[in-house]
Amino acid sequence: MHSMKAQLTSLLLLFPMVCPAQTPDGTEILKRMDANLTSDSRVFTSKMIIHGRRSSRTVESKTWSMGDRKAFTEYLSPPREAGTKMLKLEDALWIYSPSTDRTIQIAGHMLKQSVMGSDLSYEDMMEDASMADQYEATVTGTEQVNGRPCWVLQLEAVKEDVTYASRKVWVDRERYIPLKEELYAKSGTLLKKTEVFDVKRIDGRWFPGKIVFRDMLKQGGGTEFIIESIEFNAEIPEHLFTKAALR
Amino acid sequence: MIQFLIKGLLRDRQRSLLPLLVVTIGVMLTVFMHAWVTGVMGDSVEFNARFETGHVKVTTRAYAENAGQIPIDLSLEGAGEMLNILHSKYPDMAWVERTRFGGLIDVPDESGETISQGPVTGLAIELLNENSGEKERMNLTNALVRGHFPDEPGEILISNHLFEKLGISLGREVTLITTSMYGSMVFHNFRISGTLSFGMGSLDKGTLIMDLEDARHVLDMEDATAEILGFFGPGYFEPEKAEAMCRVFNEKYSDPKDEFSPLMQNMRSYPQIANLLDMAGLMAFIITAAFIMVMSIVLWNTGLISGLRRYGEMGVRLAIGESKGHVYRSLISESVAIGLAGSVAGTLAGMLCAYILQEKGLHFDVNMDTAAVMMPSTFRAHITPITYWVGFIPGLISTVLGTMLSGIGIFKRKTAELFKELE
Repeated sequence: MHSMKAQLTSLLLLFPMVCPAQTPDGTEILKRMDANLTSDSRVFTSKMIIHGRRSSRTVESKTWSMGDRKAFTEYLSPPREAGTKMLKLEDALWIYSPSTDRTIQIAGHMLKQSVMGSDLSYEDMMEDASMADQYEATVTGTEQVNGRPCWVLQLEAVKEDVTYASRKVWVDRERYIPLKEELYAKSGTLLKKTEVFDVKRIDGRWFPGKIVFRDMLKQGGGTEFIIESIEFNAEIPEHLFTKAALR
Repeated sequence: MIQFLIKGLLRDRQRSLLPLLVVTIGVMLTVFMHAWVTGVMGDSVEFNARFETGHVKVTTRAYAENAGQIPIDLSLEGAGEMLNILHSKYPDMAWVERTRFGGLIDVPDESGETISQGPVTGLAIELLNENSGEKERMNLTNALVRGHFPDEPGEILISNHLFEKLGISLGREVTLITTSMYGSMVFHNFRISGTLSFGMGSLDKGTLIMDLEDARHVLDMEDATAEILGFFGPGYFEPEKAEAMCRVFNEKYSDPKDEFSPLMQNMRSYPQIANLLDMAGLMAFIITAAFIMVMSIVLWNTGLISGLRRYGEMGVRLAIGESKGHVYRSLISESVAIGLAGSVAGTLAGMLCAYILQEKGLHFDVNMDTAAVMMPSTFRAHITPITYWVGFIPGLISTVLGTMLSGIGIFKRKTAELFKELE
């Protein structure tokens, strides 16, 4: 009897090891993903390597952002783009062009234009709101991406004004970082694909070092977005997020 | 004999006047309609050539494939060298560089804040180069509504409609927002020197014309151009010559494996223009063929009526020993004289009408915003060498054919019964 009890106890102890881990809720995965990707404030320098049909070119910039409502970007190179600044306040976006000394608001269909000829649109640049707030997630399975086990999430927009009506996201099961994404229009057309590389641990969170964007409606070779340095929860002076700071 | 027949025709007006009038009117209509159709179709074709396709056009293969999207990122690099090749290989043709682009015009107030915006379709041409012939080719002098042509870099022309919509004044500085050859959004300030009106909805809505060198600077297109257009010296499209030129050029310079290699296309390569050219030929053929048929039926009828009226005369002529063949031949000779006279008179009258419409033109104020091809708002007849002789063929053929058909009755009459008939 004693032996039987011991056997049952060992079986119960072993049970979690032989059964597959319980699939977490989609919203929970999104929240853990958001915890990695969003922050109160951040300052980063980045490099965009744009692989066009003809040639490649590199655009460098520095960005200051506060949550998902305010962001300020200054382009540093190449010389033709240097000095161009972008300011995002809530849902509005302004661009300052040093050659014309004009600050112009980008709105409507212009937000769908490519940023500096890359595979990113101004809408993509503006979009950094919490995924959990914008989409309803369903876990549809598990797959490997670049050797990492991932949850496959199907995201359907719960708001009307989101850039992409649905997304398919491959989220790293251990680090809760999206390793691959497919972004779809309302019609179901695949608009963009992204892939994340060089995931690093920074200030206790996982963050991508390089994201490759590919606009599926363009015939170029995609755009590499490389984070060269990043500082989370940095002190950013409030006056940076004003139109006066653009000039 | 011919003199005798002509005298007969002149003295017996009833015998000649009606057929002569019918032939004259028919030939006049044929000549006029031919000149009108040629003019309308030719105008549409040339209008498209001058504004969009050229008689031949050199672009990259990739640009040609996506031409509808105005893909300046697929422009032709090394444009200067390509232009030199074209000038040396085809010195009889006029070669011009052009670049099209889409964008937005933004009008600022004193503090630089946007007060109005409007979408534009930009066209960069050799505007500051007086020898390019672009102003004349695109009829810009007549299209200029107010202001003057740019006489220095940084000046642009916009459509009068857009100018009024934006509510601005001449000399005002506006910002052009567009995309460079490398896909960056670019901003550049320009001064509006004048406004244009082409009389065509799609052009008048939001056209912006600037000098090519300005566009190169703004769009980051050093030594690049979206299109090189070629025009035949006399000014009209020559399909066979264009076809041969494209074949030879593409064999030598175009590489199907290299999407950025140059490709020469002629007007016929554009389906809508090919349709227009085919339609022009078909319309001219249908009008001429229909005229021959209708005229033949009318003149056959006229010949039959005349035959009935001259039944007695034919009977007498046969009774006094004139052979049936001789009578038949004399009728045909008469019809040749009437056909010739009617054709000359009809051609002169038709050409006079065509000439008036060639000089004055007819203005059609119709909405052509959704038309697949560009159409001018004023159509003109066009007198070509064919106009001089096109009326003679149906004029003569139908008259003679009508007489031949109606004269067959002569051979059916029996000589033995002639006197009985005459009694």
